[in-house]
Amino acid sequence: MAKHIVSTVAEIPPGTRKLVEVAGRSIGVFNIGGEFFALRNRCPHQGAALCTGQLGSAVTSPGPGRYEVDRAGEILRCPWHGWEYDVRTGQSWFDPKGVRVKAYETAVAPGSALVPPATGLLPGPYVAETFAVSIEEDYVLVEV
Amino acid sequence: MDSPGSQAIDCDVHAVLPSIEALLPFLPAYWREQIGQTGFKGPTGRWYPPGLPTSERPGLRPADGSPAASRVEHIQRDVLGQAPHPSHAILNCDCAVESLHNPDAASAVSGALNEWIAAAWLAADARLRASIVVPSQFPELAVQEINRRAGNPGFVQVLLPVRSEAPYGSRNFRPVFAAAARHGLPVALHYGGLPGNPPTPVGWPSFYLEEYAGMTGVFQTQLISIIAGGVFDEHPGLRLVLAEGGFAWLPAMLWRFDKNWKGLRREIPWVRRPPSDYVREHVRLTTAPADAPEDPAQFRDVVAQLGSDAMLLYASDYPHAHGDSASDAVWSGLSAELRGKIMSANARALYKL
Repeated sequence: MAKHIVSTVAEIPPGTRKLVEVAGRSIGVFNIGGEFFALRNRCPHQGAALCTGQLGSAVTSPGPGRYEVDRAGEILRCPWHGWEYDVRTGQSWFDPKGVRVKAYETAVAPGSALVPPATGLLPGPYVAETFAVSIEEDYVLVEV
Repeated sequence: MDSPGSQAIDCDVHAVLPSIEALLPFLPAYWREQIGQTGFKGPTGRWYPPGLPTSERPGLRPADGSPAASRVEHIQRDVLGQAPHPSHAILNCDCAVESLHNPDAASAVSGALNEWIAAAWLAADARLRASIVVPSQFPELAVQEINRRAGNPGFVQVLLPVRSEAPYGSRNFRPVFAAAARHGLPVALHYGGLPGNPPTPVGWPSFYLEEYAGMTGVFQTQLISIIAGGVFDEHPGLRLVLAEGGFAWLPAMLWRFDKNWKGLRREIPWVRRPPSDYVREHVRLTTAPADAPEDPAQFRDVVAQLGSDAMLLYASDYPHAHGDSASDAVWSGLSAELRGKIMSANARALYKL
């Protein structure tokens, strides 16, 4: 397990997401109200790119004809068959214990803490490609 | 099907109204006069061709030409007096009241039918129980009829023809389910009905064979509608009986229903569990006709695929003979414990007998 630098905080404003490649895995990084969550970009059903699906509310009901929406933007729907997942946990709606997508720990760190020789961190692809960590920015880390 | 004899309960026995005249003592004066003077015959349509052996087993017709199953003596002789010698039989009187467009006529005839059932059948033999006939096309009137009969312990469920002018899960039928639930009565959807629209979703079939064999599609549509509509979410204690509709089709339908629910459940957020869970908790099916594999091993598989040993209810479907593929030998391939539930325990729990 290592923490990978995958993005600047500014690049993923609240309500948006970014797909990244970390350690050979496609991962979706989501910003929900300033908190970051990371899910494997692969629906456990049939392998669709889950993290490209629509984000919606948690829809519940106390009885027929009554619709209650909560947690807007926190429920991810697979683009293929509409299976719903909780972005915060990776658990599916219809079978939270039995069907879930891998969720990764995330963290936010200031560039000043990441500039080498900070220990225990591997540069994410963002860094590996063209970007040098700047002490002026904050970064999103994903633990894989 | 063998059984511990006196414990068996026959959950689908037909009580046949011989003619509208049998209802005259139970009809209000206005309707007696209308029938006497206008030639109004009440509901005249039948969905079982009366001359076919599937509608009436050969040799049952009494010498006076009246229909089989039209007198309590017929059922005492042919059902209660025959193996498996049921301790109780549940009467379903299909009389096409849903074909009447006059709401007052439909209500009056339904009421008279129930009075006739109570007087000529329930009062005549303590082993008999009956379903309440309701004008299902007029939900408010159906509720009134349920309320009138629910006090008579001989009436143990509400009868709805499986064919209806709209799916039973739609909101306009909700008061009927609410009334049944309030009185603790199961609702039985029984083969047939003459609601005026075709018995298939693609129009009128050409042949009776099509209609009879295809009726499983109507059962499926109604079951899907009732669950999607949230009937069981509103009435957690309600039980639904599917009578004379077979049961071997159910596992495949549930696989499809569950699968699609996973991705579409946001439409019906009140349905919080897989549809198959609801079916296993709330739905019961009669065993005649069985429409099941003739191979005992395959038959056991189908029954196992139902996923619950509480769902099947023994029924003779008297006086019909639909040529069940499931022979006694096939039923005997089930465990004695399961046979006991099918023959007796499941119905006793359902009807509190």
